[in-house]
Amino acid sequence: MSAQAATAPPRSLTARGWFPALLGLALAIALAFLVLPVVAIFTHSSPSSLISSLNDPASTDALRLSIETSAIAVAVIVLVGTPSAYLLATREFPAKQLVVTLVELPLVLPPAVAGIGLLASFGPGGFLGPALRNAGIPLTLNTAAVVVALIFVAAPFYLRQGQAAFAALDSSWLEASRTLGAGEAKTFARVAVPAATPGLAAGLALAWGRALGEFGATLMFAGSFRGITQTAPLAIYGEFATDFDGALALSAILVAVSGALLLTVKFLVGSGAFGGAAR
Amino acid sequence: MSSRRSLALLAVITALAAIGCGSSGGGKPTLVVSAAASLKDAFDQYAQKFPQASVRASYAGSDELAAQIEQGVKPDLFASANTKFPHQLFQKGLVEKPVIFAGNRLVIAVRASGGKVTSLADLEKPGTTIAMGSPTVPVGTYTRQVLSGLPKADGAKVLANVRSNEPDVAGVIGKVAQGAVDAGFVYITDVDATDGKLKAVELPKSLQPQVAYGVAVVKGAKHPKQARQFINGLLHGAGRKALEAAGFEPPPGAGS
Repeated sequence: MSAQAATAPPRSLTARGWFPALLGLALAIALAFLVLPVVAIFTHSSPSSLISSLNDPASTDALRLSIETSAIAVAVIVLVGTPSAYLLATREFPAKQLVVTLVELPLVLPPAVAGIGLLASFGPGGFLGPALRNAGIPLTLNTAAVVVALIFVAAPFYLRQGQAAFAALDSSWLEASRTLGAGEAKTFARVAVPAATPGLAAGLALAWGRALGEFGATLMFAGSFRGITQTAPLAIYGEFATDFDGALALSAILVAVSGALLLTVKFLVGSGAFGGAAR
Repeated sequence: MSSRRSLALLAVITALAAIGCGSSGGGKPTLVVSAAASLKDAFDQYAQKFPQASVRASYAGSDELAAQIEQGVKPDLFASANTKFPHQLFQKGLVEKPVIFAGNRLVIAVRASGGKVTSLADLEKPGTTIAMGSPTVPVGTYTRQVLSGLPKADGAKVLANVRSNEPDVAGVIGKVAQGAVDAGFVYITDVDATDGKLKAVELPKSLQPQVAYGVAVVKGAKHPKQARQFINGLLHGAGRKALEAAGFEPPPGAGS
């Protein structure tokens, strides 16, 4: 999607006419609607409640757990997702569209459905539950269960973006690399991944953001216990009932962390720090 | 996508939206009820026998629902698994005077087959896993009230076995039913509602907290008349019968 470069230069905003005005109005409405709730979180929470929230051990435990579990989840997603996305982007095989659809399916699943699905597959009474218990890695109300839930909901974001990034590469580069004697594996590692890095990084940021925000599937599959399974969104939900200001403050911090993550990735990509081809 | 296909897609979406809007009509007013998660079965039954309005109920932890009302959400009716939240909202001028309409009993829920928990004392054993309501939701408050009645060391042993603090009673039931924990503190009506999948281990009488449900009409409700009729039915009519059928106890004597 974002890998497709626009061929025509963007038009100036000052162009006259009713249609540009209509476009501008639509964007203004969309922007106001999308930005207002985020702005309200910050204008509603006082700086002092932000600081006291950072001093609340329950909040910091939740933030720490959120950052740790989402980082592990994203690492697993990148490790398995990058070659998967490369395969989907560069090969044709029977039922490929079906595979792509299945991989993207978790994107449109309601969190409650994801939670039920995880319970039915990996839960203690689920399909693989007894095998996991015998193997000594039960996914029952523990931190590992949180990571599994995060991977499930976040991986499609990376796979989707990664596939688009690899597909947008000029295939003659890859062929040139192979004709010059680099094997398939070397071409993947030395040519394809570096060239696709901006797109992969964008996918990583989206997946990480989604993982940081995960709520429903985590609650159903992993439960809620401070320091073990209570991630920041669960702590916000818990505090909402008794301490609205505390919930607002923790929300503000989570927004700041997620926003900083998106901006950092965009900045690094923009400055060419990944050494990738500029788009 | 061709423009003709996108037009067709737009038409389908518009038609679906129109159907969605149309189905909520039907002449009868819609009574919006915010109710404790533990009331779900009884209220769903009662709603079918309430001719004055079609009932749209939202079930969650009483604390979440009370917080929503404080933030300006206006259901017609708020039914809580305690008397504290309706009373607090009444004092803030957000609801009319609450009435107590039902009682319940806190129990330990275990799976019907092969459980290793047969008494409160079993919950203290190392290796037993427990789910309970978080401290803010009534079922969690009652649970901690029970534990505070135990000798301090015993109460601490139980708390050390807790694996999840759930935002509502439905979460506790789910964790026990799925086998994620050995036992959970819930109301007897929640165990009854599982149709034999779970069974109840009773608490000692001396430790049983008084569980009372309060209900109030929300100030500024769209349909206050129907809301009051709904409450009357809970006290004397079809609602009372639905509550009894679900295993609720009569309202405990005068309280706040």
